[in-house]
Amino acid sequence: MKTVSSLLDDHWHERYRRISKLNIRSSIYDVTNRCNLRCKGCFFFSSDEHKAAPEEMDIKKWEAFVEKEKARGVNLAILIGGEPTLCFDRVEAFYERLSTFCATNGLIKVPRDRFPDMMIGISLWGDEADEQVLRGKDTFSISSKNYYGDPYTYYLYTITPKQIGKTGRVIRKIRDAGLKVHMQLLSNDEAVDGFSWRPHELSAIRAEMDAMLDAYPDTVISSKYYHEIITTGKMLDRPFGWMACPSVTITMDHRDPQPKRLTNFIRWASDLKTMHRCCTSETRDCATCKDGAAHMSWVMVNKRAHMRSTKDLQNWIEIYEMFAKLYQFIPW
Amino acid sequence: MAVETELDKIILHVAKIMIDELKLEDVTAETFDPDIDLVDEVGIDSMDLATVALVLRDEYKVRIDEDDYPKLTTIRLISEYLQRKLAVV
Ligand code: SF4
Ligand code: SF4
Repeated sequence: MKTVSSLLDDHWHERYRRISKLNIRSSIYDVTNRCNLRCKGCFFFSSDEHKAAPEEMDIKKWEAFVEKEKARGVNLAILIGGEPTLCFDRVEAFYERLSTFCATNGLIKVPRDRFPDMMIGISLWGDEADEQVLRGKDTFSISSKNYYGDPYTYYLYTITPKQIGKTGRVIRKIRDAGLKVHMQLLSNDEAVDGFSWRPHELSAIRAEMDAMLDAYPDTVISSKYYHEIITTGKMLDRPFGWMACPSVTITMDHRDPQPKRLTNFIRWASDLKTMHRCCTSETRDCATCKDGAAHMSWVMVNKRAHMRSTKDLQNWIEIYEMFAKLYQFIPW
Repeated sequence: MAVETELDKIILHVAKIMIDELKLEDVTAETFDPDIDLVDEVGIDSMDLATVALVLRDEYKVRIDEDDYPKLTTIRLISEYLQRKLAVV
């Protein structure tokens, strides 16, 4: 029988030990239905999830809800929206009780006196030109000033097909702002012209992401195996999609056979009662879904499958480490 | 020859269930080290444990509480847990 010890040397075994007991149990929370932007392809608005449920306005109810989530075993709250920074009291209800990650478009600065070490992920959709088309604004010029040099902030750089050949410039701008970056691919749910991926573009961007990781290892938080998975949609020759996705709300998961999945994962709407199907939206086509977190989690929940060979297990470790860094379970 | 105790029998049976349910390769119930760390060394996760727990519940009529999973890191610990529960039934 293949065991971890038989596959790894001392160096890799040490890395494995650092993550193997983390037992991350995440869930996702819509903090609000509002946002100060309207990006084309934002799954939240394009699928009308912002109308799914009225926001809970009573902060005491948010606090009690987070306590219940903690009792349910959640140890990582991933806050999304709308735009969470429009409701700092709700963000605080999580931050005071749980390890918390806050996704934001970066236009509003999270006050560090109130949230000294909360991990923040700023969304960035390409360079200035792409951002202008897709979000109506060059958000980087604002967010990079708001978060300059912040040690608990990184850019979540959503790469579009138009970024091929241009990612280096964006990554250098992020490095020069003293921040880190994690890359993912645009799913283009609203089919904005020219922003859907074609196979040769996926191969090209994979090579480019690999090159960026090699060139900027202190800035880019990523792994080549992750690049392979999100550009091919395949892991160990299995296809990604609805029947493989790990990030489906547990109460709505009636798949048979049941794939490996995140333990007790739920994505909650901001009324704190309604649940959404998955970490993106029900209207998204699983066949073209490129959600980075879902792909990462897909690898993470399939540890035993990666015990085929030393290389496979090392790949698994690298993806787990990447996730643990992005959500602050281990340092950069 | 060593006498096979009740615990030894449970250990062998749990090992067999684990091999069958999780399709573990290159190991038999007899060669499966009962003290090997299932999570850290064999790569078993809580979903795997839940699968095995269902079969154990059918066979032993013992329910393994999900909160107890983190403690059940070896086949010996699982078997001792079953033995304790069987004793109080
Ligand atoms: S900033 Fe985020 S939540 Fe707001 S519209 Fe854009 S993608 Fe959607
Ligand atoms: S849309 Fe993506 S994240 Fe949602 S269930 Fe489908 S594959 Fe999973």
